[in-house]
Amino acid sequence: MPAVTTILAGSLLAERISAAVPDSIEETAEEWVRVRPEKLLEVARFLHDDRDTDARYLIAVSGVDYYDHFEVVYHLASLSHNHELVLKVRADHEEPEVPSVTPVWLGAHLQEREIYDLLGIRFPGHPNLKRIFLWEGFPGYPLRKDFMNLPGGVRPGLQRFPKEDPDQWGGEFRAD
Amino acid sequence: MVSSVPIKTEPMIVNIGPQHPSTHGVFRMRVTLDGERIINAEMVVGYLHRSMEKLAEERTWTQNIPFTDRMDYLAAMTGNLSYCHAVERLAGVEVPERAQYLRVIFAELQRIASHAMANGTFVNDCGAWQTPLLYMFREREKILDLFEMTCGARLTLNYMRIGGVAFDLPDEFMPQLRTLLDELPARMDEYDDLLIDNEILLMRSRDIGILSPELAMNASVSGPMLRGSGIAWDLRKADPYGVYDRMEFDIPVGYNGDCFDRFMVRMAEVRQSVRIIEQAVEQLPPGPYCADVPLNLRPPAGEVYSRIESPKGELGFYLVSDGGPTPFRFHVRSPSLMNLSALKEMVVGQTVSDAIVTLGSIDINVGEVDR
Amino acid sequence: MALLARWYDVRDLGNAVAGLMDALRDAGASEGLLYVVAGLLGALGILGFVGFTSVINIWVERRLIGRIQVRKGPNRAGPWGLLQPIADAIKLIQKEALTPKLADSAVFTLAPIVIFVPAILAFAVLPWGEGMVLADLNVGVLYILALGSTSAIMVFMAGYASNNKYALMGSMRVIAMLISYEIPTVLALLGVVAFAGTMSLSGIVAFQETHWSWLIFFQPLAFLIFLFGASAELNRSPADIAEAESEIIAGYHIEYSGMKFGLFYAVELVNVMAVSAIIATLFLGGWWTFGLNEFVPGWMLFIGKVYAVYFIFIWFRGTLPRFRIDQLMAFAWKFLLPLSLVNVLLVAVEVFIWTEYEISAGIVLPIFAVVNFVLAGVLIAGWARVMTRNYERFPRRARLVSEIDVPLPAQSGSAARAEA
Repeated sequence: MPAVTTILAGSLLAERISAAVPDSIEETAEEWVRVRPEKLLEVARFLHDDRDTDARYLIAVSGVDYYDHFEVVYHLASLSHNHELVLKVRADHEEPEVPSVTPVWLGAHLQEREIYDLLGIRFPGHPNLKRIFLWEGFPGYPLRKDFMNLPGGVRPGLQRFPKEDPDQWGGEFRAD
Repeated sequence: MVSSVPIKTEPMIVNIGPQHPSTHGVFRMRVTLDGERIINAEMVVGYLHRSMEKLAEERTWTQNIPFTDRMDYLAAMTGNLSYCHAVERLAGVEVPERAQYLRVIFAELQRIASHAMANGTFVNDCGAWQTPLLYMFREREKILDLFEMTCGARLTLNYMRIGGVAFDLPDEFMPQLRTLLDELPARMDEYDDLLIDNEILLMRSRDIGILSPELAMNASVSGPMLRGSGIAWDLRKADPYGVYDRMEFDIPVGYNGDCFDRFMVRMAEVRQSVRIIEQAVEQLPPGPYCADVPLNLRPPAGEVYSRIESPKGELGFYLVSDGGPTPFRFHVRSPSLMNLSALKEMVVGQTVSDAIVTLGSIDINVGEVDR
Repeated sequence: MALLARWYDVRDLGNAVAGLMDALRDAGASEGLLYVVAGLLGALGILGFVGFTSVINIWVERRLIGRIQVRKGPNRAGPWGLLQPIADAIKLIQKEALTPKLADSAVFTLAPIVIFVPAILAFAVLPWGEGMVLADLNVGVLYILALGSTSAIMVFMAGYASNNKYALMGSMRVIAMLISYEIPTVLALLGVVAFAGTMSLSGIVAFQETHWSWLIFFQPLAFLIFLFGASAELNRSPADIAEAESEIIAGYHIEYSGMKFGLFYAVELVNVMAVSAIIATLFLGGWWTFGLNEFVPGWMLFIGKVYAVYFIFIWFRGTLPRFRIDQLMAFAWKFLLPLSLVNVLLVAVEVFIWTEYEISAGIVLPIFAVVNFVLAGVLIAGWARVMTRNYERFPRRARLVSEIDVPLPAQSGSAARAEA
């Protein structure tokens, strides 16, 4: 086991992934690979189960807004081999959707909710995709770069904190 | 319960928090109860959300350091350290040797302070009426005094800088640190006698909130929770940042993954931190304490994920730079939030009392959960 | 002048009252009037004592807990913070007494008032000194037990009427716990009563006086059972699950504010005093203290003992974590109940030997004391070993590893995930 965490080279990672899940790599860089969103879950399963890669530990899921597209970055690690690998997925800017990896890593649960809350990327397959920090009905997604000039002249912020519907949890909120 | 006549019971929904003495801030757990047994639990956070990740995009790299104080306000040093370390990696800044050692000393002092708080509140959650907490505060106060002496603040320290630390040690620092280091092991023995060997505490926390190693890894928990579940993983060993590779220390590991194990691991980690500080004090070299870094730092375009072992777990920063004076993306991998991933799995099926103990053993900090 | 002459004799305030009675009788008062005056005097004395101690105990308790917790405790209001209770009371009286909208307001208001009654009534049968007892009931022990069990109703009233889930949970816990703990405490006291051969509290003190020993020496097991059972009935740490600050916040009195909360707070202190007084009477000889009561007023000794027992309760509160409710129940039913039954059996055998063979007390009582102490130790240790769950499967100190070491899963990843 190396004394410091090594970052698995993108080319090696791409080689392994494309051997198991063909036609899934979009781009390969020095330290990361970008996979097709539709193949993400398959790739995730493979990386989790493969004994050489052994990405059983999901360090972090981060979303980035690159103006014309979103990128979701998965930092994975193997505690046994002590290496780290970076997986990226690109999402459309208008209708951002990335399949959820929560079925593979429970640790993605809260982070995907966070990304959904703050960046508005939807994660189909997530068991409980609700806003986590802000309330349902909050106008816009704060971490988007265009947050401050929302269409329709909506100014973000606390207009009035909504009242919870006592009968229904996680459903409708009265945002007036 | 075995009963021939089925009793019609109705589940009761109880909000534990956000105003509750044992939720460590404004955390809220919405539990559905059958009698006293929890049949469903859902965490509700966001009461302390300040949108730091957005705010940080508007401020320069240096101006963002105070935000990291206010994330985990009980361990501001490690927040500073993690962020500065990430920016240094992104910008390729060389940190002077002395600063590295000072960072180790302060990060470990902060770990002791944070663990003291965590252990005190944990025993408090088990029902001891404030006493352990106040004993732990005694040590924490001394550490905060040291912080105050060095950087003028006690809680939101803002001590680390990109490329080093803000101030060198004052003259009175070393004698006072020496006294603290001398008395800490004896104090820890006392706490071991009083707390770890306490039968009631053992009854309350053993076999409660068991987190299996598989689930722990799958749920991305880190820090004392991961070690409590029996996984010997510590970033100070696995990915030594700064000068941790020159330090000799052990990783305390639990057996069963229950609340008592997590508590026990934290108790043992304090001793290891004392060991590390002893070594760092011994090896502390003279020299500059901060590299010459321009205030208006513009790291080259690129991205970095850098992580350190904070008292709560793996505190990482995913920073994306577009070459400008402000971060393009500033994402925090907060251990407090991630450690809550498995909360539902741990809590469902327990009684309310156990759920409180479990939550206490996770040691969340809502400032870090919500950011 | 007979009255004044008696006043110098502070050893026994009862004498003073008796002197007053004599004076009144000499003045030609009827027996009925004397009876009423004596009763009023006694009741006023007890109310004064209860009122004074419940105020001063706020200071005592906070100060002692502060000392236990390496801090100073209240020390700002008045000398050594002695006026703190007054400041607290003024604050509580000033506060608005809120009633939740959906609460049952009549019951909600009634509960803190009614809960005071049994707490104060318990003091009526206590012998404060030689002849200083307001109502020397011949069923004193029974009376006290009956009063003790009524407080469950008041707590349930408060919890139910608040219309709060935490309060309801707290009151449910109280009901379950009080009913459970009633049994071992009653059985523990049964041992004492059987040994002393009387249910009158002054009779029990007289027994301890005649045999020149406290009952704690003959009934150590009963003492421990009663001490723990009482701390459970009092809702005090380590059995304060009804209030459970860290779990259900304040339990049954979560919705109370202002002076209504103050009444609950005060009644807790009065109850502790009452239980401490009962323990002091039954097990620690009441006012009788190995002849010391010849030189020091008996009531002073009694109050001293009460505070000594009270200190134990404060000590508990300052040091011990709380049991979980099922553990507390298991403790009552599986641990205290069998032990108290054994204790009753033991007492029965001993009393039988003592009375049947007509052995003199001087010979038989020291033997009983030794036997009971040894048996108490053996029984507690043995029963604890039998009943305790094995928590020692794992060591209590963390395993120290010097290198990171995370093994790969034994089986393939997908199987491991399915398992997880």
